[in-house]
Amino acid sequence: MSILIKNGRLIDPANNIDDHLDLLLKDGLVAAVGKNLSVDADETLDADGKLVTPGLIDLHVHLRDPGQEYKEDIASGTAAAVAGGFTSVVCMPNTQPVNDNLAVTKYILSRSEEVGRCRVFPVASITRGLKGENLTEMGELKQGGAVAFSDDGRPVENGEVMRRALEYARPFDAPIISHAEDLSLVGKGVMNDGFVATELGLKGIPWVAEDAMVARDVMLAEYTGGHMHIAHISTRGAVEIVRRAKERGVRVTCEATPHHFTLTEEAVRGYDTNAKMNPPLRTEADREAVRRGLADGTIDAIATDHAPHHRDEKNVEFNIACNGIVGLETALPLALRLVRDKVMDLPRMVALFTSGPADVLGLDCGSLAAGQPADVTLIDPDCEWTLTADQLVSKSKNTPFDGWTLQGAAITTIVGGKIAWQRAEQQ
Amino acid sequence: MSFGHKHILGIEHLSREDIFQILDTAAGFKEINTRAIKKVPTLRGRTIINLFFEASTRTRTSFEIAGKRLSADTVNISASSSSVVKGETLEDTARNIEAMHPDIIVMRHGASGAPHYLAERLDCAIVNAGDGAHEHPSQALLDLFTIREKKGSLEGLKVAIVGDIAHSRVARSNLYALTRVGAEVRLAGPGTMVPPGIEKLGAEVHHDINDAIRDADVVMMLRIQLERQGKTLLPSLREFSRFYGLNQDNLKLARPDALVMHPGPMNRGVEIASSVADGPQNVILDQVENGVAVRMALLYLVAGGEATEES
Amino acid sequence: MPEVTTVILNQAGINRALTRIAHEILEHNKGTEDLVLIGIRTGGDHIAGDLADRIAAIEGEKPPLGAIDITMYRDDLDSRGSLPLGRTEVPFDVDGRKIVLVDDVLYTGRTIRAAMDALIDLGRPRNIQLAVLIDRGHRELPIRPDYVGRNVPTSREEDVAVDFDAERHPCEVRLIKP
Repeated sequence: MSILIKNGRLIDPANNIDDHLDLLLKDGLVAAVGKNLSVDADETLDADGKLVTPGLIDLHVHLRDPGQEYKEDIASGTAAAVAGGFTSVVCMPNTQPVNDNLAVTKYILSRSEEVGRCRVFPVASITRGLKGENLTEMGELKQGGAVAFSDDGRPVENGEVMRRALEYARPFDAPIISHAEDLSLVGKGVMNDGFVATELGLKGIPWVAEDAMVARDVMLAEYTGGHMHIAHISTRGAVEIVRRAKERGVRVTCEATPHHFTLTEEAVRGYDTNAKMNPPLRTEADREAVRRGLADGTIDAIATDHAPHHRDEKNVEFNIACNGIVGLETALPLALRLVRDKVMDLPRMVALFTSGPADVLGLDCGSLAAGQPADVTLIDPDCEWTLTADQLVSKSKNTPFDGWTLQGAAITTIVGGKIAWQRAEQQ
Repeated sequence: MSFGHKHILGIEHLSREDIFQILDTAAGFKEINTRAIKKVPTLRGRTIINLFFEASTRTRTSFEIAGKRLSADTVNISASSSSVVKGETLEDTARNIEAMHPDIIVMRHGASGAPHYLAERLDCAIVNAGDGAHEHPSQALLDLFTIREKKGSLEGLKVAIVGDIAHSRVARSNLYALTRVGAEVRLAGPGTMVPPGIEKLGAEVHHDINDAIRDADVVMMLRIQLERQGKTLLPSLREFSRFYGLNQDNLKLARPDALVMHPGPMNRGVEIASSVADGPQNVILDQVENGVAVRMALLYLVAGGEATEES
Repeated sequence: MPEVTTVILNQAGINRALTRIAHEILEHNKGTEDLVLIGIRTGGDHIAGDLADRIAAIEGEKPPLGAIDITMYRDDLDSRGSLPLGRTEVPFDVDGRKIVLVDDVLYTGRTIRAAMDALIDLGRPRNIQLAVLIDRGHRELPIRPDYVGRNVPTSREEDVAVDFDAERHPCEVRLIKP
C-alpha cells in the first residue's frame, strides 16, 4: 500500500522543511520526501495549492469513553478528530470510571485499536479517582501506554501531592499535566471576573485563580526537576509566568485552546452556555497574550480541550450549564486565522499542531522524516465554509462557532498510511 | 403607538423614552389604586402567570395585584410547589406552562439570565421580576417613579446607592435607569461588595458612605443578606452597620430634603436605623404603593405590544 | 389622490349648536341640581368645558366638570396596541349625580360604551346622558345621543375633524373625504 502526494507545499517544522515537495508513503511509514518524485504508487493525490503537513496532534481531548458515551465515544471522537485533520489525540482521564488504573488504560487502547479512526494516547490520572490524595500506579500505567498524568477537570489542590507526583513521574519520563486553578479563588464563579460578569450579574472567576496555581506548579517543577505541562493556559499572567520559567530553564511546557485565542468574555453576553468553559473566556488583553505566547514559543502547542456535552447539559440556565465546547473540527480553521492575522507564519502554526505537541509528550509522530509513521494532513488553507453545529461529526454539538464562516480545512487525513478521512467536495 | 419591546428583561435594553413611557403610563394607572372599585377591564381575559423560583412576598404580591386590577387572570406558581423540585428543566417547566397559553409570564429566578433564556424559547411575553444578581427592572422603575413624583424630575439628581452592590440586581437596574434619565449615581459599599468595573456603567464608586451621601437628593439603601455575615465578604453585621449603615447622623450630610429609599425587606438596625426608616424623609411605603402602578404599566405595555423590535 | 375638505360647521354654527344643547340640558334636567358634565378625552373634555361655561352664563351656576380617559376600557388592545394613557380627573363623587357625558364626534358608539363602563367604575350615577357635537352615524352598538349639535351623514371612508382654538374652544368642524 503506497500513496504519493504530489505538488503540495510541504511544511514539516520538525525537520525545518517548507517547500514544494512530493511525499511518498509506503507500508504505513514515510518512504520519501523529494522534488518531483516519480514512482508508481497505489494512489496518487494531487495537492496543488494545498498544504501537506505531519498529521495534526491534539494534546487535550475528552473522548468520554468509558462512561459518558452519550456525549462522545472513542469511535465518534476519533471520527471528529480525523474530520478536523488530527491523526493523534491525547485523551484525558476524567472518564467514568476514571482512568487511574491499567484496566481502563488498556480498554481505551484496545477500543481505539478496534473502532478508532486515529491514534489515541491515553493520559492517566495523577491521583486515584481524581481525588487529589493518593498517587496512581504511574510506573505500570506508563508502561501500559499512558503518555502523561493529569487530574484534568480538577486541580491538584494539595501542594505536597503535586510535588510528589512530579518527583515520582520524573524517572518514568512522564509529564504531569496541570489543570491549574485555585478552587478557593474560583468559588462559585461561572465566567471571567470583571466588567462583563458585573454587568451580567454572574459570579466571576478571577485571573489570579489561574495565575496563582500556575505559579505554584511552575515552582514545583523548578524545585523537583519534573516536567510540568500547563493545560489550557488562558491568562496573560500565566503566560508570563511560563515565559519567565522557560528562560530560567525550568522544565515547563504549556498549551492553549483555539477558543482562548479566538474569543473573549464578551461571547458570554446573552448568556450563551456555549461560551461557558473552564478556564473561562478571558479579556482581550489575555487573548492577545495567548496569541503572542503561541507565536513566540512560550506556548508549545494548540490543544482543543475538546469537551463534548449533550444538548441537555447546555440547554439550561447559565450557572448550571456544563463547562466546555467541542473543538476538534474547528481548531484548524481558527488557527489559520492567526496566520491571516499575521500573528505567526504558517510553519509556526503547523508546529503548534505537530512538532510542538509531539515534543511535549515525546510522541513518535509529528514529523515527516523518512521512517516516521505515515500520518499526514492535507490542508486547503483557503476554502471558505460555514459551520453548522448540527453537521459536526462529533456526537455533541456544543460549539460557540455555529454559523461562523471559516476559512481553511483539512481535506484529507491519513493515519498510518491509510486515508482516514476525506472532505466532501460540497462542503 | 405601541411599546417597542415584547419582553421586559432588564433596564439595560430600555431607552430613556421607553422609561418615560412606562412612568407616564404608571401615572395614569396610579389613580385606580385609590378608587373604591380598584379594577379596570384593560386586560380582561388575559392570563398572567407569576412564575417564582425564589421566595418573594412583596414583588409577587405587587405583580399579582397589578394583574388583578387590570382584570387579568393571574396565577402564581412558586418553585416549592412546582415540578422544579422533581428535577424538571427550566425549559420543560416553562413549556408546560406555555402550553396553557398564558399571555405574560412574570418570572423571578435565582440564575442571572434565566428570563433571557426563556424569552428565546417561548412565544409569550416575559417580564423579569428579578434574575440572580443581574436585573430587577420593575423595582428600578418604581424607584424612579417615586423619585420623580417627589422631586418633580430626575435629571441632575444625585442618587446614592449604598450596600452590597455586587450581589444586588436592584443596584444594577437602578444604575442603568438613573444614568439613562440623567441622574448622577454614586455607589458605596465594602471593598468585597463592589463588583469590578461597575464604574464603567457610569457611577462614581466610593467606599466611604459619607462621600456617597454628601449633598445627595436621594439615598437608596440596599438590603444586606444576613447570611453573608461572619464569612469572607463581611466580618459582621455590627461592622457593616457602623461603616455602611444609614443613620440620623450621616443622613445630615445629604440634602435636607433628601429622600430615603429601601427596596425592602429592611434589616432595621443593620443597613438602616429605625429612626431613619420611620423618619420624615423616608418614602419606603410610597415605593411599595407605586410598585403596583408601575407593574400595571409594564403588564399593559407588554400585553398590547406587538413588538416592533426585539427587546 | 388629494384629500377634499369641506367645512360643515363654522364658529357661528358651533356656537348656535352648543348654546342650544346647553338650553336642552338645562331644560331636560330642570336646572343644574346634581348635574355634572364629564368630557371624554381628548376633544369631548374641551366641549364639556365650553358647555359648562354656556350653562353658567344661562343659569348663573356652573356645573362640576370632569374628564375621563377611556384607554383602559378600550376593546381594541389587540389591534391598536398599548395606547398612551390620559388622565381621568373626576374631582367629585358621581354617586346620585346626573351625568352628561360629552364627546365631540359620535361614530360607532364603542368609545361611549367604554366611557360608560369607566363612569360606572367610579360609582353609581343617577343617570347618564350623552351630548355630542357631531353625530356621523354608523353605530355598532345600541347607543343613542340625548343632545346632538349636528347630524352629518358620512361614509365610513370619510373622517370628521373638530378643530379647537388656543383656548380649547371648538372653532370648526371639517368633513374630510379621502
